[in-house]
Amino acid sequence: MSQKELLNNKEMSVTLQRLACQLVENHHTFDNSVIIGLQPRGVALAERLVSILEKDYQTKQLKFGKLDITFYRDDFRRSDKVLQANTTEIQFVVEGKRVIIIDDVLYTGRSIRSALTALQSFGRPAEVELLCLIDRRFSRHLPIQPDYVGKHVDVINEEKVKVNWSHNDNNNSVILINE
Amino acid sequence: MKQLSVNHLLGIKYITKGDIDLIFETADHFKEVINRPIKKVPSLRDVTIANLFFENSTRTRLSFELAEKRLSADVVNFSAASSSVKKGETLVDTVNNILSMKVDLVVMRHPNPGAGIFLSKNVKASIVNAGDGAHEHPTQALLDAYSIREKLGTVAGKKVVIVGDILHSRVALSNIFALQKLGADVKVCGPLTLIPKHIEHLGVHVEPDLDQALAWCDVANMLRVQNERMEISYFPSTREYVQQFGLTLERLQKLDKSITVMHPGPINRGVEITSDVADSDQAIILNQVENGVAIRMAVLYLLASKIKNYD
Repeated sequence: MSQKELLNNKEMSVTLQRLACQLVENHHTFDNSVIIGLQPRGVALAERLVSILEKDYQTKQLKFGKLDITFYRDDFRRSDKVLQANTTEIQFVVEGKRVIIIDDVLYTGRSIRSALTALQSFGRPAEVELLCLIDRRFSRHLPIQPDYVGKHVDVINEEKVKVNWSHNDNNNSVILINE
Repeated sequence: MKQLSVNHLLGIKYITKGDIDLIFETADHFKEVINRPIKKVPSLRDVTIANLFFENSTRTRLSFELAEKRLSADVVNFSAASSSVKKGETLVDTVNNILSMKVDLVVMRHPNPGAGIFLSKNVKASIVNAGDGAHEHPTQALLDAYSIREKLGTVAGKKVVIVGDILHSRVALSNIFALQKLGADVKVCGPLTLIPKHIEHLGVHVEPDLDQALAWCDVANMLRVQNERMEISYFPSTREYVQQFGLTLERLQKLDKSITVMHPGPINRGVEITSDVADSDQAIILNQVENGVAIRMAVLYLLASKIKNYD
């Protein structure tokens, strides 16, 4: 098993700042925008972006939800893995809102497809955007592309991309694992 | 990854505490789902479920059907009153005929104890027991325990008294198994004619006096007097039953604490429970009904995840 670092702690924080900046550019004060992190790993990224937006850009009353897509996945009963759910916390209706879906790694696009279906249960959004920290290019199974990307990587199928979040954000990293 | 230890839900007796915990955890998520503006998830869209009801039922059947539809399963309904059972067909034949039409899961209520167990050994489908005679009614016990957990935070260490017709009640037996597996202390209370002999062997105490039982407990589960299952008189008159075992506001107010009141429905108002108690804040009867859908969704979801059609 070999490992390679794709982003170190410094680069991660620069990337997060840039992503937050791009969000502000498009959504200004977030009056009609909501942020939805996908459970479980997208939520960690979303929380960090929300805290940057609140601290550095004085965004107030940012609507932030957590969405679990387990019951919407298309591989139920097809793998030996039992799909276990996480908490969904969306305390607002997304009807007419501009939604930003956040996930850490975009790979086949199937999770995002499920998330789009799941989102319909909370209303009809005006618009849906996708933000991801890592975009694994050339590995999509569905026609889904991100609107905001931290870093593009070209990775072969056997390799895994893992995002590590440290407790107080002093040792975050993205690593490539070859098993 | 956790999954159920069984392929059928035949009774609480046959599942583990781990299974119950997993069902509760999953039900938490489904409870959130059924409180959304759109209460439906597509998980079971390629699963067909047959509801076979050989005995009358309103709320269990409705609850199962809603759970199935909210999971997007295809549903077929069957009731014995309008079927070939009347023409002399055997249970296995009836079910196998239905299974030939490609059904993955069977939810069955039957007047004979053990019907579900018998069926699980003879047909190829997952069976969910929705009540078999006076034997078990596992989903009711799960939703009862789930409602206690929701109201009191935990089931372990709580004192629960089951009051009424224990002899004819599948709810009582399943409840005893479920509550004990979760670490609760259980007593039964009722006319001695309606308490099965040797029930102490299940580890429950018999308390013939309702007032003492209420003073002891945290939760009182009031069962319905099942007149339809009684061929003989088990107590002198309904009036006497009410005097001794009916839960009244007066009885509750005599206690120095506030207990939780449950009832599996349908209620005989004025018999086992008076209207003012049934409609009070202490009663969680309608929460039980709401939780029933979430619990049944969890059970069906977890059982369906073990059926593999794509290998």
